[in-house]
Amino acid sequence: MSGAEKVHVLPRAADLGLIGCHVCRLVCRQPPEDADDMACPRCGSALHRRKPATYTRTWALLLAAFMMYLPANFLPIMRTASLNDVDDNTILSGVKELWINGSADLAIIVFVASIMVPMLKFLVLVTLLISSHMRTDWAQPQRARLYRLVEFIGYWSMLDVFVVALLSALVRFNVLSRVEPLPGVIFFGLTVVLTMLASMSFDPRLIWDSRDSDD
Amino acid sequence: MSTTSLEALQICEECDTVHRRRAMTRGEVGKCACCGATLEHFHSLNPNTMLALVFTAFIVFVQANLWPIVTLGLNGRHSSTTLWGAIITMWQSSAQVIAVLAAATLFFFPLVKMLSIGWLLWFARQRRCAPGFVPIMVTLHYIGPWTMSEVFVLGALVAIVKAKVYFDVVADPGIYAYAVLTVLITIFARVDMRELWDMRMKDSA
Repeated sequence: MSGAEKVHVLPRAADLGLIGCHVCRLVCRQPPEDADDMACPRCGSALHRRKPATYTRTWALLLAAFMMYLPANFLPIMRTASLNDVDDNTILSGVKELWINGSADLAIIVFVASIMVPMLKFLVLVTLLISSHMRTDWAQPQRARLYRLVEFIGYWSMLDVFVVALLSALVRFNVLSRVEPLPGVIFFGLTVVLTMLASMSFDPRLIWDSRDSDD
Repeated sequence: MSTTSLEALQICEECDTVHRRRAMTRGEVGKCACCGATLEHFHSLNPNTMLALVFTAFIVFVQANLWPIVTLGLNGRHSSTTLWGAIITMWQSSAQVIAVLAAATLFFFPLVKMLSIGWLLWFARQRRCAPGFVPIMVTLHYIGPWTMSEVFVLGALVAIVKAKVYFDVVADPGIYAYAVLTVLITIFARVDMRELWDMRMKDSA
């Protein structure tokens, strides 16, 4: 494919009566009418031209993720207890502590992974959902790139969850010093899983669907 | 439509554009001309090399799970943990959701991934189709995005830095094994599943 070719001249599977399997990527010929209950001849997965109910599923998962996201940030995720002091940490206070006592580089990484990435995921997915729904051809290459970014960075938010798990298992010196997980970490873990599911259920082909009239 | 056979075509997963497949040269990456998504890589590793890598990864994985990851010291007392130690602690401190998540993404999924790719390659190098080929390939497709060993390595690093303020910290063999495992997983996660699928097509034909 040479770069000189105009983007809108490139053939799309739907125009050629082809359909690609989501699981094994086999190129299949699409039967003329209903493609709803067709199975891939190679791997047996259901064939869809677009992921089924992608708007409904993605919105639902995103909403659920947001409902988990609020307690994940406001509730403490970890309790550190020593002889004369009990301290509950939220995600943000953990970053602050790391910035002051530990290493600023790591604090930036944790800040990006735990605070910026989840927020970015919400913003990007909402933008993609709304713009695709409006069938606009605005900034299509950029939107495609945003989608890939979200897919790529999504799971790095689990960082804080693993930190809490490790510290809770390590810091067990009875009364002298202890670390325990608090409910915030559960909400945070669920936020990450739900946003990952949301970005998986979004069909990036919708970004490009403005150039044809079918669905 | 032209007379091009379907095997010679590929469809971009992200924008539905149809491309002709072509042979890749070393270091080449095929990108979609429409949306820029990666279509295919050049693969320099044959099934034998790949199998050796998977086998190495399996040995390292066993080490990573057997040895403690970090040891903390406080006033002459010591405390250390393995991955399973952390998972069990989470289960017992009423964070069972996290325990299940960690067990799945750090232990079971990576293990299933390694064993299944090893199984498929073992048969592929004998030019045979592995028993259970289709369900294994479909399982691999679905667990693909859910392995998080590399996040765990970074998490261990953050935990060490946080603990260093209050305790004596010693990094144990487990963390090194995990770091090596991350590199190995990154290499064999790039195995092109389509090549395996295509290989099977030829055999059964």
